[in-house]
Amino acid sequence: MNVEVTLLPGIGVRKDFALASGRRIGVITLKDGANELIVSRKDDPDATQASITLSNEEAAALGNLLGSPQLIAQLGEEHRDLPGINTRQLPISATSRFVSRTLGDTTMRTKTGVSVVAVMRAGQVQPSPTPDFTLAAGDLLVAVGTADGLDAAAKLLGSA
Amino acid sequence: MAESAIALTELGAVFFVLGLLARLAGRIGVSPIPFYLLGGLAFGNGGIVTLGGIDEFSEIASEIGVILLLLLLGLEYTATELVTGLRRSWMAGVVDIVLNFAPGAVVALLLGWGGVGALVMGGVTYISSSGIIAKVLTDLGRLGNRETPVVLSILVFEDLAMAIYLPILTAVLSGVSFLGGLEALGISLLVITFVLVVALRYGRFVSAIVDSPDREVVLLKVLGSALLVAGIASELQVSAAVGAFLLGIAISGSTADNATRVLEPLRDLFAAMFFVVFGLATDPSTIPPVLGWAVVLAVSTTATKVATGWWAAGRQGIGRAGRLRAGAALVARGEFSIVIAGLAVAAGAVEGELAALATAYVLLMAILGPIAARVAEPVAKAVLRSAPAV
Repeated sequence: MNVEVTLLPGIGVRKDFALASGRRIGVITLKDGANELIVSRKDDPDATQASITLSNEEAAALGNLLGSPQLIAQLGEEHRDLPGINTRQLPISATSRFVSRTLGDTTMRTKTGVSVVAVMRAGQVQPSPTPDFTLAAGDLLVAVGTADGLDAAAKLLGSA
Repeated sequence: MAESAIALTELGAVFFVLGLLARLAGRIGVSPIPFYLLGGLAFGNGGIVTLGGIDEFSEIASEIGVILLLLLLGLEYTATELVTGLRRSWMAGVVDIVLNFAPGAVVALLLGWGGVGALVMGGVTYISSSGIIAKVLTDLGRLGNRETPVVLSILVFEDLAMAIYLPILTAVLSGVSFLGGLEALGISLLVITFVLVVALRYGRFVSAIVDSPDREVVLLKVLGSALLVAGIASELQVSAAVGAFLLGIAISGSTADNATRVLEPLRDLFAAMFFVVFGLATDPSTIPPVLGWAVVLAVSTTATKVATGWWAAGRQGIGRAGRLRAGAALVARGEFSIVIAGLAVAAGAVEGELAALATAYVLLMAILGPIAARVAEPVAKAVLRSAPAV
């Protein structure tokens, strides 16, 4: 993907790219650190249809939503030859009792046999997190296990 | 009442009325600058009420206002942004100067204000208001538009051009010869190059001098160094405002962001005072005779700015709607036109009518600019629809 980076003097930096449909989509990082999601108009690729201000948390959540299905699909593809093994994403909600606690604290593997192979945060993938990895609200755990194990893990995290 | 009691009451009344005016401007979604000017006209010489006790304070406050306007303008840009902007847009910048300096200069010559008057009025009609324009682009959600970088880089070029123009103007206003003007030009070019190089290479050292985790320390250090630099620059005939602008460029990164945050309220206060003082110095009865010329200038320089934006955006491969938006966005004039006229009036080197014309012109353009930016595209579309191509 050819991402175009444009300096907006006095305002920030715009990073955008053209979609196959002809529209442009991108993000403006403003000087004060705020993010602006931009989508160009259909009839005029020079103009913006929507310019949506996102807080850092909101931007991270959106990044996770967009990024994790791809990762799940990829992992699912890799595990296709292993019957009974599933990949699922388990969110850490703001109300979860594991917010600000470590992955080890969940004792997920001991209790459910499920392994966390990656954590998605702020649109970034943290592969193979160690037990001392501290969880935050909005994280998405990419977990591998049996269907029953994954159900139990979701319950454990308070996300099901 | 005792003298200080009168001064306090008057000052309080002025600020309070300005607050009401700013609120009104916010309600109807226009820049508060024209309202401040009107406020000044109403208070001042020949206006509704005459204020007497705050001359000294308001004069120094308005000078600080100019310094802060330029300092915060400099803080907004990093040296890298300026240099890349300059590289990318110098041709558009030159077209901008030629098209928009000319109308003001020509009208000044027609009115018999001579070379100095032409230099001043050219500057007044040339410089767009980056404050108004940045706000309009944000409000209209156009930051992501493809023509927006074109608009912004023209503004960057104009601001750098100011750094060369103001020292020349200061020198000419102080009555030096042509040679003296060239000398001022030479000094300012040298100083600007020096500051850009220092800011690019050693910006963090300059920032380190004024940086502190404590807001109070940042406020006092940055304000102190700005006034110091402005004073020295003014002594060297480089214009106090330009000194502050260059200091702002040299401060960069998070220090610049912090400094902007603590200085913004101060800038708003002192800049408002500056507009009021400019209005105060203008006798409202001198405006009607020059109103016709102000309208002529408003119409012609709206056309020339639209042409500038149209041409510059076209070079970047922007479509017709975007070219029109770029042109209309550039129309607003405001704070810096008043800064230029204010310098000229303070030096006493120009006719009193010039202040009246500049005031009337900025009143028109500060209101017209944001409206033009908003309606240019829908109006053009409506016109095209009602008159289908043959």
